[in-house]
Amino acid sequence: MVSDPADRQLGMDRRAAVQQLLDTRGDALVVSGLGSPTYDVHAAGDHDANYYLWGAMGGAALIGLGLAQSQPERRVIVITGDGEQLMALGALATIAVANPPNLDIFVLDNEHYGETGMQGSHTGRGIDISAIARTCGFAETSVVRTPDEVRELTEHLALSQPTSPRLFVLKIDPENPPRSLPSRDAVFIKNRLRSHLGFNPN
Amino acid sequence: MLETPWPEQVYDRLKSADIRHVSYVPDAGHSKLIQLSIDDADVTTNMLTTEEEGIAIATGAWLGGQRSVVLMQSSGVGNCINMLSLPVQTRSPLLMIVTMRGEWGEFNPWQVPMGQATEAVLDAIGLQVIRATTSEDLVAAVDQAAAMAFGADQQVAVLISQRLLGAKTW
Repeated sequence: MVSDPADRQLGMDRRAAVQQLLDTRGDALVVSGLGSPTYDVHAAGDHDANYYLWGAMGGAALIGLGLAQSQPERRVIVITGDGEQLMALGALATIAVANPPNLDIFVLDNEHYGETGMQGSHTGRGIDISAIARTCGFAETSVVRTPDEVRELTEHLALSQPTSPRLFVLKIDPENPPRSLPSRDAVFIKNRLRSHLGFNPN
Repeated sequence: MLETPWPEQVYDRLKSADIRHVSYVPDAGHSKLIQLSIDDADVTTNMLTTEEEGIAIATGAWLGGQRSVVLMQSSGVGNCINMLSLPVQTRSPLLMIVTMRGEWGEFNPWQVPMGQATEAVLDAIGLQVIRATTSEDLVAAVDQAAAMAFGADQQVAVLISQRLLGAKTW
C-alpha cells in the first residue's frame, strides 16, 4: 500500500541534505537531474561548475559518466532523483562497466514523483537503487537516512581514494520546498561550465 | 572502390578529427569500427545497454572537452529521440553514425517501420542528416560531419545505407 505522502516521513529535509553534500564539494563538477534536484543544487549556491538539467530525463548519471571520462582529474558529482534514475536503470550497468573512479552519484529518494504531483515511485514499492548499483559492481553503495549519516558519508568521501564509481541513496521527505530556479538557458550553462574548465566557446 | 575497406577509412577520419571517445550498441554493420575502437589504447569506449545512453555520454564528454562519436543501428535511433533534446538544446556537438536496416533487400519486416522512419524522426528533432550509399561517399560524409559537428556546434547523423552494407543474409 502507498500511503498519503503527508503521512510519510522518510527521512531528511532535501535542501539541508544537498547543502551538506555540496558544502564539501571542493573542486567537483556537479550535474543535477531535472526537477527538484536541480532546484536543490541551485538553492545550495549557484556555481560555475554546476550543470543543471531541465530535461533529458534519464540522462543525468550518463552525462556524469561522459564528464568523468573527459575530466579524469576532477571529481564529478551527480545529484538526481529516484524517478530520474529509475528511467535509466540500464545506465547503472553501463557506468559500472565503464568504471570511472571519479564519479559519485547521489539519488535523492522520496519514493515519489514530486514534480508531477507526488505520485508514488517504484522505490516505495521495494525497489532499492543502491542494491541494483551494488549488483552492477559499484565500489560503494549505501542508503543514508539521517543528517548525521550524511555528515559521516561526506567525511568519508573527502578522505577516500575510490577506484570505482559510487552511488548513495539519500532518503528524503516527500515534500516540495519552494522552487529555486537556475537559468534555463542550456547554452549559457554549458558554456559557463566549459569556460570554468578552460574551454572557449566556438 | 576504396583501396582499404570503409571501416578502416572511417576510423582514420574519426582519429584525424581528434575523436578519442566512442559509445556503441553492438551491431553487425559497425562490428569492425567497434573492434578498432576497443583495440585502440588511445580511445575510451563505452558499451551501452540502449542507444540514448550514448547521446547523454557524448554530451557529457563534450562538456569536459572531449570529442565523441555514437555508433548505432537505425532501430536504435527511435530510442534516442527525447535524449537528443539534450545536445540540440545545449547546442553541443554530436556525431552519430547509423547503420541502416529496413530498406535495401530487408528480409525482416520488423526492421522496416523504424528503418523507414529514421531520417524523418532525426530531422524532426533537429539533427542534420547525411546519407551515404557508397564507401567513397561515406568517408567524405564522416569527414565533413565531424567538421560540422565540432566546428559549427551541430548535431549530425551519418546514415550508412543498407545498400552499402549489404542486406543481412539469412
